[in-house]
Amino acid sequence: MGRALAVIIWILTLGSVSLFFVKKWWFPEAISSHAAALDRQFLLTIIVVGIAFTAAQIGLGYVVWKYRDRGQSDRAVYTHGSNRLEVVWTVVTAVIFIGLAVMGQSVWASLHFNKAPAGSFQVEVVAQQFQWNFHYPGKDGVFGRTDPNLIDDSALNYIGLDQTDPNAKDDVVHSVIAVPEGRPVELILRSRDVIHDFWVPQLRFKQDLVPGMMIRVHFTANRPGKYELACAELCGQFHFRMKSFMLVLPADEHQALMALPQDQFQTRVTELLAKYQLPNYQQ
Amino acid sequence: MATTVGTRPLTKTGIGGGPKSRGPNGNSSPKRNGHDRAFPDLNSAANRYRIGMWVGLASILMLFTALSSAYIVRAASANDWQPLTMPRILLLSTTLILISSGTLEAARRKLKDASSNAHGRWLLVTVALGIGFLTSQLLAWRHLVRQGIYVASNPHSSFFYLLTAAHGVHLLGGLAALAYLLLRTRAPQGDPLAVAKSQAGADAVTLYWHFMDFLWLYLFVLLFFVR
Amino acid sequence: MSGETHEAVHRHEAPTSFIRKYIFSLDHKVIGIQYIVLALVAVLVGMTMSLLMRMNLSWPLTHWPILGTLFPTGAPGGIMNPDFYLSLVTMHGTIMVFFVLTTAPQGGFGNYFLPIQIGAEDMAFPFLNMMSFWVTLVGFIVLLAAIFVEGNTTIANSALGVALGGASGATVGPIGGWTGYAPLSAVGMAAGPGEGAGMNLWIVSIAIFCVGSLLGALNFITTLLNMRTRGMSLMRMPLTCWAWFTTAVLALLSFPVLLAGGILLLLDRTVGTSFFIPGGLVFGSSVLTTHTGGSPILWQHLFWFFGHPEVYIAILPGMGATSHILSTFARKPVFGYRAMVFAIFAIGLLGFFVWGHHMFISGMSPYSAMTFSILTLSIGVPSAVKTFNWLGTLWGAKIRFTTPMLFAIGFVSLFVAGGITGLVLGQTSLDLPVHDTYFVLAHFHLVMGVASIFGMFAAIYFWFPKMFGRFMNDRLGKLHFWITFVGVYCIFVPMHTMGMVGMPRRYAQFTEYRWLDTLHPLVVFVSIAAIVTVLTQLLFYFNLVWSVFRGKKAGTNPWEATTLEWTTASPPPHDNFAGVLPVVYRGPYEFAVPGAANDFVMQTEPDAESPVTEGVGGNGHNGRH
Repeated sequence: MGRALAVIIWILTLGSVSLFFVKKWWFPEAISSHAAALDRQFLLTIIVVGIAFTAAQIGLGYVVWKYRDRGQSDRAVYTHGSNRLEVVWTVVTAVIFIGLAVMGQSVWASLHFNKAPAGSFQVEVVAQQFQWNFHYPGKDGVFGRTDPNLIDDSALNYIGLDQTDPNAKDDVVHSVIAVPEGRPVELILRSRDVIHDFWVPQLRFKQDLVPGMMIRVHFTANRPGKYELACAELCGQFHFRMKSFMLVLPADEHQALMALPQDQFQTRVTELLAKYQLPNYQQ
Repeated sequence: MATTVGTRPLTKTGIGGGPKSRGPNGNSSPKRNGHDRAFPDLNSAANRYRIGMWVGLASILMLFTALSSAYIVRAASANDWQPLTMPRILLLSTTLILISSGTLEAARRKLKDASSNAHGRWLLVTVALGIGFLTSQLLAWRHLVRQGIYVASNPHSSFFYLLTAAHGVHLLGGLAALAYLLLRTRAPQGDPLAVAKSQAGADAVTLYWHFMDFLWLYLFVLLFFVR
Repeated sequence: MSGETHEAVHRHEAPTSFIRKYIFSLDHKVIGIQYIVLALVAVLVGMTMSLLMRMNLSWPLTHWPILGTLFPTGAPGGIMNPDFYLSLVTMHGTIMVFFVLTTAPQGGFGNYFLPIQIGAEDMAFPFLNMMSFWVTLVGFIVLLAAIFVEGNTTIANSALGVALGGASGATVGPIGGWTGYAPLSAVGMAAGPGEGAGMNLWIVSIAIFCVGSLLGALNFITTLLNMRTRGMSLMRMPLTCWAWFTTAVLALLSFPVLLAGGILLLLDRTVGTSFFIPGGLVFGSSVLTTHTGGSPILWQHLFWFFGHPEVYIAILPGMGATSHILSTFARKPVFGYRAMVFAIFAIGLLGFFVWGHHMFISGMSPYSAMTFSILTLSIGVPSAVKTFNWLGTLWGAKIRFTTPMLFAIGFVSLFVAGGITGLVLGQTSLDLPVHDTYFVLAHFHLVMGVASIFGMFAAIYFWFPKMFGRFMNDRLGKLHFWITFVGVYCIFVPMHTMGMVGMPRRYAQFTEYRWLDTLHPLVVFVSIAAIVTVLTQLLFYFNLVWSVFRGKKAGTNPWEATTLEWTTASPPPHDNFAGVLPVVYRGPYEFAVPGAANDFVMQTEPDAESPVTEGVGGNGHNGRH
């Protein structure tokens, strides 16, 4: 019985570890500038985790195999423990674990402690149940005033843009987010109703959009393409299909797009969505 | 029933282990006293009520800690906070409950003096003061309602109604406990276990009541003096 | 040998009427069994729900005729709609966390064995104990009622439905996940189906559950502090008692916070206050004018201040049972008893200061996120210490592979497998890609769900002979172990990689996103593993019922164990020790003592050389309390 259990534990360990090792299912390729550091930290952590996991399971299998009752006459070892061992493994694990925690902070700090660099491209994100709205400031680079009382879905004014505000004249609202390649992007995240979460797996971050709050995050995307955008916080009935796309465009193409008024913008985005392909997920 | 396994003397030495005295069978300073004491121990059975009360108060404290941190966060989170002006009658409430703590303490001390029935009288006064406090709180509510201030009127009024109601419900429980003490009135005599239990019960109720007193003072300060 | 030192002061006679004996019983043993039965019923409901979810995920939009008949609103034409799926998510989580993982380990086994293991006749407050069970049961019934009120058009439109807050009648239950994030859970039916009366009942149920748990916790703590028998010093208590005690402290301090949150949420929903609802929310072009200024994050803080300790409430008793059972069948003292006690305490204490790691992406201050991250990874240290000590206990042992021992070893394996990914999730930056994905799901199901349940399986196979005087069937038990052990690995390990690819949790279907297509084979594999594993549990249920009546008879101490529950009859008499309380002379795990006649020495075995010890914690008559 002991040997069977040991073998099963080892097989399960091998199976679990190899699932990570073969990398058949892994993160999609990253496209943001902070992602390399994050992926490195992930790899380091998963290696530490893998080693600790394997060591513990092999050890468990070993003691189960070795110390099974074989009907021998002598008793088990009578010991109540060893203070030295307790101190050693407490200190060693503390150093490793807290070390990892500290190392994990640098990417976090770069994302959250620094303000978006000057000259960032700004987009206001207004989520609502099962739909994304991206508010672009237009040529003047200034967002028009919005007011929840002006929201009228039937008139397609999803974010309550005040058309009487001169700054709003050139503003564009669209369900697809288009960002420039290689230039910092600042998202200003808001929600109309419940909590949503902005998530493009290739960007390697998520951020909740909390009603009543205006949350700013920034990133730099450096590979042009079309990426799927998902909601990652339960927001109601059709949470699973609150989908849109993120377009990462070369600077000139992006600049040209941003200069377009609302109706032409829409047509152009449709063209761009057809032009760019999703990443190849089949590995 | 203890078993009879093992008759030979047992060695206390472990191998490969830590110091002997650190093992789970440490603390083995031999003492033989107390062996004639019958179980359950009198203090022990009575102590249960005191321990139980302290433990219960810890959870009530956590409830109000959670509500007051919500209060503080909510007060700071938006600009819709409109502080109420304090209904003056709350000063009466405060006075009543402060006095009631004193009268209950007097009752508790008189309990030991079995010859007098001052205990019951002081209890009665405390109950009256407790009812007076609750009435005064209700009057404060009515005062606000007359001004058109309801639970949902603004965040401060929400918290005012909520905290006073939560405190009031707990105080109502205290009143029930006092009523129980009152019906029992006189400490049982003779049986030492019953006497100890009776005293412990009175101690526990008194502790609860004092806690409700301090809790009200705290809430009063939080609601009207911390803006 | 102890008769001379003790006299039976009063021997409690068992009540004779059926109702007082089995229904409204004050006996902690009956109440413990009631809790276990409640958990067994609840877990069956919860597991069925998880099967329905797996079916929908792996074979979406399939026509299941039975489903259509059973749930005409949730699965019209036999095809599950997304609201039905989400209410299954909500109910599965709530039932499992509250009515299974909190009731069985603590209310069930803790209730039954804590008093016996410390040598007490009963709990300190038997009446409160009874109330705690019945209040909890009412909570469960209210929770189940949420399904019917929300899901049945007739009830939803009836006077009762309207009185409870109205409901769409178009879905099957409340929708909000077990976390019930505001404002989705706070604004009522404007937010969509599943947010009407069912949500009110969900909150009420949780609040009732809080009250029941608080009564239980108060009882556990008082009992342990006050009612230990002579010689049962704190450091002579079995590790199970330490675990139950710490769990009770966690429950005592965390449930009031959830209760406070629940009250505030209910007020927001019913009275129109704005604790969690900010102003200017827009649902379907109409502005919610009745609310201003509330903070959705406040709910998350209150919820997770409770929610994280809750994780330890679920698993600590399993840890205690595992330590206890490992030592017994290793025939060896627990390695590092003191370190184990400190580790339990450290986990309990740190558990109160890490709740923010559930909120890294919530918009909370990034600076406090850093603090939470470091504290979170430090909680891995006592967890690792426990694992090392379990391995140390098995080192040099003489292991008897009974069914409870298999489950206890399985606990260690699964605790490592599930807990260790906390190193990933606890880091602020690494949480970003895997938060709210199947990676998280895998992590907490393995550690808080499956490992805890393995602890409870170990406990039931171990203590069943004591509770019913009969063994559970060993063959069936071992078969149950092998399939379940392999099964849960097959279910939950692949979920980690799913999460890394980016599979979001709480999605009714994975049909919308191309990046999820590659995962389909894994999804199906997991579902099949889940079906097999869940069906295997029927073996366990059968074994349980069969063994109560037909199991092999067990004596007083069938496992040759050392603690006090094995000194009394199986099942124990009404007052546990037939009027004569035991005296304790030594620690709880004296196995393989050199020179002793047997390889185990009972706690009640007097030491011939050194005289009786007056326990430090004793009966509380030494001024400690």
